[in-house]
Amino acid sequence: MARAITTQKKVMWTALAWAFGLTMFFPILWTFLTSFKTEAAAISDPPVWFFFDWTLENYVDVQARSNYPKALMNSIIISVGSTFLGILIAVPAAWSMAFVPGRKTKDVLLWMLSTKMLPAVGVLYPLVLLAKWLGVMDSRILLVVVLMLINLPIIVWMLYTYFREIPGEILEAARMDGAGLKAEILYVLTPMALPGIASTVLLNIILAWNEAFWTILLTTVNAAPLTSFIASFSAPEGLFYAKLSAASMMAIAPILVMGWFSQKQLVRGLTFGAVK
Amino acid sequence: MGQISLNQVTKSFGDVQVIPPLDLEINEGEFVVFVGPSGCGKSTLLRLIAGLEDTSSGHISIDGNDATVLPPAKRGLAMVFQSYALYPHMSVRKNIAFPMRMAGIDEATQKAKIDAAATALNLTDYLDRKPGQLSGGQRQRVAIGRAIVREPSAFLFDEPLSNLDAALRVGMRLEIMEHHKKLQTTMVYVTHDQVEAMTMADKIVVLQAGVIEQVGSPLELYHAPRNKFVAGFIGSPKMNLIEGAEAAKHNATTIGIRPEHLGVSKTEGLWKGRVGVAEHLGSDTFIHVHDTGLMDMMTVRITGDIEARHGDTIYLTPDMDQLHRFDAQGLRIA
Repeated sequence: MARAITTQKKVMWTALAWAFGLTMFFPILWTFLTSFKTEAAAISDPPVWFFFDWTLENYVDVQARSNYPKALMNSIIISVGSTFLGILIAVPAAWSMAFVPGRKTKDVLLWMLSTKMLPAVGVLYPLVLLAKWLGVMDSRILLVVVLMLINLPIIVWMLYTYFREIPGEILEAARMDGAGLKAEILYVLTPMALPGIASTVLLNIILAWNEAFWTILLTTVNAAPLTSFIASFSAPEGLFYAKLSAASMMAIAPILVMGWFSQKQLVRGLTFGAVK
Repeated sequence: MGQISLNQVTKSFGDVQVIPPLDLEINEGEFVVFVGPSGCGKSTLLRLIAGLEDTSSGHISIDGNDATVLPPAKRGLAMVFQSYALYPHMSVRKNIAFPMRMAGIDEATQKAKIDAAATALNLTDYLDRKPGQLSGGQRQRVAIGRAIVREPSAFLFDEPLSNLDAALRVGMRLEIMEHHKKLQTTMVYVTHDQVEAMTMADKIVVLQAGVIEQVGSPLELYHAPRNKFVAGFIGSPKMNLIEGAEAAKHNATTIGIRPEHLGVSKTEGLWKGRVGVAEHLGSDTFIHVHDTGLMDMMTVRITGDIEARHGDTIYLTPDMDQLHRFDAQGLRIA
């Protein structure tokens, strides 16, 4: 689209975009800075910005008082496990809705999305009772299953959207070539949808990584992931901002790094279906 | 191998019946073309044979075995799609190998067959490329190669040439016919292009609204169209169909005369008209004639070049032996 853009306008929009971006980024920056302050400096008024005695003692303290590696391992197992279990279930589901839609397919899709509107606390009791009855409270397998169920609608929706972009004739060709359902999905559909599946995986690992409601409520010691690890620094001993910040940084660092390296895939994932 | 029978086959989408009860016999080794205007159900009929659509009722048998509810993979047919439908993530070699891989054929046999197909289709230099790096014609050859290596009992073609440019289309048409002569396998070919139908087919099936209007050899259809629809559809330019008093003279509701069966004169003749547009092809001239009082516009085909200026008066005389007569129902009067 051709239109005249003056330098003045350009400067204004650029400044506005930067201001917006920095505002969004500020909480993370502040947490980062606070994690290197002493507790006294962390709550000083007026706040100190960059000129304080930088210290690593918060990180040392946090390490000493809780088991970071274990929480990290739990986070990895739960987020990756729930995502892959979800993909395993969602691929056939999305396949059937994208390529052999029935009369109720649209309704099923909407119904699945509607479950995301249900307040999580609404199913807290049944889930806790069920978990207790099965004897799986505070276990990784419980969280893998629960987070998979929480994110399944999103996984199915995303895959459905990607699959819809694949021409049906190619799958028909596979059927004519003698491929059964399994071969069709394994050798033709999945490789073609790989970029879409990759962004779905990334996005859902992040969602599962950051999920705090269920992970905090359903775990105590054994399966507690990084979200519980952060929470454990907020409540019992009053507010220790510096240590809380250090714990938060340690919790988000791995996912931040992963997100940084997979930006391209993520942007495609987040804007899915926007451009056809 | 390659005998296909359709017995009272119907197909409905929801409440809409696109194929009313239909019977058809396709014989071993035949080149059968389904032709008709778009939306006539020809592709649906092919997809029913392929098993990509379920029949609503009736039976389909392939080589004497009931195939009505067999999945496509089990019917032993190969299909070439309009969009080529190659696997974009696989090389040409892997595309061609795919059906053999599905059938569990050993690597050595696979390789031999791929090489043979590649040689026959001029694809040897492209075996390691991805479909995205090929031209339209090459992609279509890969699709044909993928079909050939299956050694199917019949090939199904769904408008395979309509995405190609005109020159390439003629070339590929000849190639497909060449393969048919060599392989002697049944081929069922769907097209909306009656020239393709006329040039390729042993047997043409003319369809309209899911109903078979006529089945016959190209020349049968040309010389003895069963009804007005077939008369108008087969032949290019179209047959002139005249109704009213002129038809009544021949004891018919409609008479038809093909453009090539009209004689032209500037001085005398049976019908008088005025030249509209003349299309000069060099080998032939098509003259569109107005104001004959018989129909809106008549088309005449003259061999060679003839001078005809817009607005000139022109006289036309039909070759009476080539006149087609149709009754009130549009059916041919013998």
